[in-house]
Amino acid sequence: MSTISTSARADRRKARLWRALMLSVALLYVAVLLLAPLGGIIYYALKEGLGEVGHTFRQSDVRHAFYLTAIIMVVTVIVTTFFGIIVALVLARDRFVGKRLVSALVDLPLAVSPVIVGLMAVLLFGRGGWFEPFFAARGIQVIFALPSMILVTIFISIPFVIREVVPVLQELGMEEEQAAWTLGASRLQTFRRVTLPNIRWGLLYGIALSAARSIGEVGAVLIVSGSLQGQTETATLYILRAFDQYQEQQAYIVALTLASFSIVMLIGIETLKRRASREAG
Amino acid sequence: MAGSIQVRGLTKSFGSFRAVDDVTFEAAEGTITALLGPSGSGKSTVLRMIAGLEQPDAGSVWVAGEELTEASVQDRRLGFVFQHYALFRHMTVRKNVAFGLSVRRVDKGTQRERVDELLELVGLAPFGDRYPDQLSGGQRQRVALARALAPRPQVLLLDEPFGALDARVRQELRAWLDHLHRELGVTSLFVTHDQEEALELANEIVVMNHGRVEQVGPADAIYNQPATPFVAAFVGASNVLRGTVWERHVHFGHSIVAGAHEIPDGAEAIAYIRPHDIEITGEAGSTSFPVAVERRTDMGWMSKLHLRLEDGQPLVAQLPNEEIVGVEAGQRLFANLRNPKVFAADRADDESATVPGAIVAPAETETQTEAQV
Amino acid sequence: MLQSGFGNGLGNLQDALNSFGAQNAIKLTLMMAFLTAIINGVFGTLLAYIFVRVPFPGRDLLSTVVDLPFAVPTLVAGVMLVALYGPHSTVGGWLERHGIHIIFAPLGILLALLFVTLPLVVRSVQPVLIELDTAEEEAARVLGAGGLTTFRKVVFPALRPAITAGALLAFARSLGEFGAIVFVSGNIPNKTLTAPVLITQLLNPTTFGAVAGPGEAAAVSSLLFLFSFVLVLITERVSSHSLQRASEL
Repeated sequence: MSTISTSARADRRKARLWRALMLSVALLYVAVLLLAPLGGIIYYALKEGLGEVGHTFRQSDVRHAFYLTAIIMVVTVIVTTFFGIIVALVLARDRFVGKRLVSALVDLPLAVSPVIVGLMAVLLFGRGGWFEPFFAARGIQVIFALPSMILVTIFISIPFVIREVVPVLQELGMEEEQAAWTLGASRLQTFRRVTLPNIRWGLLYGIALSAARSIGEVGAVLIVSGSLQGQTETATLYILRAFDQYQEQQAYIVALTLASFSIVMLIGIETLKRRASREAG
Repeated sequence: MAGSIQVRGLTKSFGSFRAVDDVTFEAAEGTITALLGPSGSGKSTVLRMIAGLEQPDAGSVWVAGEELTEASVQDRRLGFVFQHYALFRHMTVRKNVAFGLSVRRVDKGTQRERVDELLELVGLAPFGDRYPDQLSGGQRQRVALARALAPRPQVLLLDEPFGALDARVRQELRAWLDHLHRELGVTSLFVTHDQEEALELANEIVVMNHGRVEQVGPADAIYNQPATPFVAAFVGASNVLRGTVWERHVHFGHSIVAGAHEIPDGAEAIAYIRPHDIEITGEAGSTSFPVAVERRTDMGWMSKLHLRLEDGQPLVAQLPNEEIVGVEAGQRLFANLRNPKVFAADRADDESATVPGAIVAPAETETQTEAQV
Repeated sequence: MLQSGFGNGLGNLQDALNSFGAQNAIKLTLMMAFLTAIINGVFGTLLAYIFVRVPFPGRDLLSTVVDLPFAVPTLVAGVMLVALYGPHSTVGGWLERHGIHIIFAPLGILLALLFVTLPLVVRSVQPVLIELDTAEEEAARVLGAGGLTTFRKVVFPALRPAITAGALLAFARSLGEFGAIVFVSGNIPNKTLTAPVLITQLLNPTTFGAVAGPGEAAAVSSLLFLFSFVLVLITERVSSHSLQRASEL
């Protein structure tokens, strides 16, 4: 009898050791890989004191860069949300030929290098491109101007809303919507009052991811914008240039600002989601 | 407010699978009708086509004399209750019940009154501000019913409404639905695989199998005069005996049973006998035949007798104890069969004539996880 | 778009490949991506396992931290690494003195890629792990299997498609990563120059003058694009295949 109990205890101790080992390895990995660099930038950005931070924000090119980034983000979020919901509904609910292909296409922007996206845009809208005559005739400047920057950012940010919403839709099923129809609700009414509230959190999280991605985009925007200082320079492009011109301090500060914004946004949504599920539970 | 439901020649296939095949029946105004059948019989699909949630390949749907086949779900003004309730999880009970009214822009005051009225009717008045996940299964289904009835639909459709509930709650709600129907008089059509439920609740039963209608009629007709072997086997417990027909009797071994009217001599036939339609006597008579008593199981006021015929086919009788005093295992007695339903063997498919002699039990063994068609 | 790329002919591709250090760039990119996929495949799975099975205080916090790379712009990730490991920082200086080169070296590229792709693997494995019924593992334990054996024989095979999908995603992402790398690597041709950065250089008229142009950039891009596209298709097949099996269970 005693041998059985000691072996059980030994087993448990072994299990506990394993767990401790796994935990410490994992924590160490995360600390070195993720937290240390974060700590590093916080330290170096604020090293020169808040006065330097204020000075950076007063610079006109910094402000313009933030302004541009904000515009791109807003437009991107609006378009990807609208388009994303529609595509998500179709993907989650309908059966059609080529569905797998569409699903793969939706994931494509995630796998393709943003640099390639930028190149494609240049080839399409730049001199000699397929779409160039159309826009040139209307006097709209696409490449090396805001429109193309917005376009590539939209392309790159599309998957986020869709990928967050589709699984939620799949899990919900269609019964509530069908019930709403039998009660006389039109498709639009049903969407507004039944579908939307049900996908609320997934949607918001997807929007936050989309927004975070759009403010962080650098590769595609670099190619497409021509990087004209003060005109087509986003916050990320500013950071690139600032580093090149040995204005590292400013670069750190702007970088930290961008990161903080996204982090706060995502944490905010996470907390709201957790609180919401606690209420409903 | 109630209307009749008419369905003519409804047909629907999913790919190469024919789920519903030329189904026609009528549910009269104010009645409660059951669509009864096993999983895969197409009954849910028929219901959903009436509601507009599926489109038929052929056939038409008529409610209160008006053809609805092309109408959208929203325009049909039918109440629908789902097996898994489909309550709007982000709305309170009150908001759920009020939904059909608020969608039609009924004013808030009237909405509130109607919701109160219905919550009272389903016995959930104090639960108005709860959310669906705070309610039990039975309560949720009652909310679903209140919600479906709020906009005063002409007809009420229920898709296995009690399928997701456990046995006791199912009984309660069954009695309660009966009561509700008597009070409101809304024409109701419900789908079920539970024949007990159908027999208890419905004025008319439509028995379906493999997408086709087997029989339509009131409960006692279905039970006592089954039109097809499937109905005989599916509804109510039955003994299944196989034999050959000779001069309008079915012969199995030395035993015979009357009733093989239209079956030609020499053909194989199957007789379905209810366990209580068996009489045990001590002496041979003109119609009785010898049986051996293999086992007796006492079940309170009645007993189950496991008998065996001379040709080896088993027979199970369920009789009140007073009719079988002194009957014990090991005895050789005689059995008389009352009211056998006889069909030509080729009419019965495998399921209706499974293990010869086995009691084909009613389909209460179907679990609620089986897919509905 | 592919046509625009190769419209200039395969000749350009050969040109590009044989010069500008393109071959090395592509090789480097592929190798870094591969390493990233493997390393984060392991650690990502480990983290996912901890999140689902090993309760400890602060687990939720750790979960949020793991999502950090999703929030942080890739460029900023690179900046963070430079801040931490750059030659003038205390940590960086110490490492340099001990011969460990991070900035302007492949190791830096690897760290940047690991940073960016970690959540991809974790979030790919986690949902599958959550769905996994512990009954199978308990059965194994009752039959006498130790912890490691149970993991190897019961848990791992069930997780394999999700891990593969996550690793593939990490791989694909690493192929195309620009922002995180452009600072850390120093873009030294033939040593720390990756394909995406090379492409931007080819497009920038100031880097190579009139010798290179959109054609070559397009050629290299098309190659990279092809890799990515194939990867997406493979991932799609792996994940839908596993979804099919899961629904059959």
